[in-house]
Amino acid sequence: MPSIEQPQQRQFNPYSENGGTILAIAGADFSVIAGDTRQSEGYSIQTRYAPKVFRLTDRAVLAVNGFAADGNMFVKKVRQRLEWYRHAHAKDMPLRAIARLIQTMLYARRFFPFYVYNILGGIEEDGTGAVYSFDPVGSYEREACRAAGAAQSLVQPFLDNQIYFKNQLPAPGTSHPAHLPLSTVLSLVIDSFTSATERHIEVGDGLEIYIVFSKGSTSLQGLASVRGLQEVTTTDDGERVFVIRRELKKD
Amino acid sequence: MDHFPTNWGRPRNDAYDAYGTYPIAQRPYNGPKDAFAQGIQHTQQPIVTGTSVLALKYKDGVMLAADNLASYGSLARFKDIQRLQAIGAHTVIGAGGDMSDFQYIQAMLDELIIDEFTAQDGHTLGPAEIHEYLAQVMYARRSKMNPLWNAILVGGVKDGKRFLSFVDLLGTTYSASTLATGYGAHIALPLLRTAVEGKEDILNEEEAHKILEQSMKVLYYRDARSIDKYQVATITAEGVSISETRHLETSWSFAEGIRGYGAQTQ
Repeated sequence: MPSIEQPQQRQFNPYSENGGTILAIAGADFSVIAGDTRQSEGYSIQTRYAPKVFRLTDRAVLAVNGFAADGNMFVKKVRQRLEWYRHAHAKDMPLRAIARLIQTMLYARRFFPFYVYNILGGIEEDGTGAVYSFDPVGSYEREACRAAGAAQSLVQPFLDNQIYFKNQLPAPGTSHPAHLPLSTVLSLVIDSFTSATERHIEVGDGLEIYIVFSKGSTSLQGLASVRGLQEVTTTDDGERVFVIRRELKKD
Repeated sequence: MDHFPTNWGRPRNDAYDAYGTYPIAQRPYNGPKDAFAQGIQHTQQPIVTGTSVLALKYKDGVMLAADNLASYGSLARFKDIQRLQAIGAHTVIGAGGDMSDFQYIQAMLDELIIDEFTAQDGHTLGPAEIHEYLAQVMYARRSKMNPLWNAILVGGVKDGKRFLSFVDLLGTTYSASTLATGYGAHIALPLLRTAVEGKEDILNEEEAHKILEQSMKVLYYRDARSIDKYQVATITAEGVSISETRHLETSWSFAEGIRGYGAQTQ
């Protein structure tokens, strides 16, 4: 017996995948959010510089990865909501509130999702470094570290081992540290991206590392020797934001 | 037994297998029918198409090139189509993809420029604004599942700043010192990058034109949907100019020496 008529059509595909990788790590009183700057489609490099990491406020930085058009539109809409919040309340939205906002904005598109993996990093109201990671429809959790994007499967196990000390036993009579110092975190980030660049064709060209410090953070001293550093703080609330730009291999 | 209460008391549809489980259990639809559903047609594929557009930044501004062919499948249908268009006083757009969609975009942007001119507020739209507007339109159309089937380069100079960006039917955007769409992104872009990257502030107009001509020639040799007639748009601080149609000088005599390329004599 024939079943009811099924519409049969070749459909336009509204999504694409633009490669790249993002990563964030929370410290005790700082947060590091990084992403490469290559944008690709298939085997073609579209551009060697298309930022994926965006400063939202002086205590929140958002990294987006997946379909670039959706990513740019999503960042644009989040920024618009943050501006409205600023006009209504005369202050910047707290980090955990931005995280919940992003969840509702993503879930609002549950049946035509933004094809974007978000990682939000920054400083909570209590001054601690925080990382929130999201899936495309809004599931989220606060974590100490997270990698997403093309090389997630290469970077996340490395982070699990080096940050959470998975499969590592502490030396007798000692214990693993709960938080790592800034210099160690920066080395891990840079090593993650140089290694991902070696092994993944969609990762490379440039690296942007944002660092957010809480008020009076002692980690600031560690910055003196860092090459290619630039401050991008806009208010004098106390939190400070810096960006480090580095080259990655372009092949 | 029909286990869907919403179907109870309604006319039975004998063409429908209530016990079918493949691909997934389907219920007969009893809601209002949209008699015009078949009448709404969205662009599902491009029909009359243009091929690559090339562009680069050089010392004095931005230069774009595109050939004059609009193809109907593999048929070279229209051989004097212009695929470069000036928008306002500082910008040129060049399009590949569906030519009727491109002409719609031209009409839309011309209207935008007229609206802005009529305002007489002392402001004019530059390439950055045109590109942003276009990107929003393209993204909105893809989100309605009714895309404008194009890949477009937007180039221009305003307030002493060069601008060159890309936007396509998905709303994807990016910029670089040299860009290409379509086949050009595979064949010409590596040549353009070698010739342009790091030399954006050194290349003069003549050199820039030479690079584009060479790339167009390579494309004409390899892209079956291209033609040996093309135009070049130049945007500098002085303004916009789109050249007359130019002819590519090509040589095919090498083909005789290659076995398997033409008629074989032995």
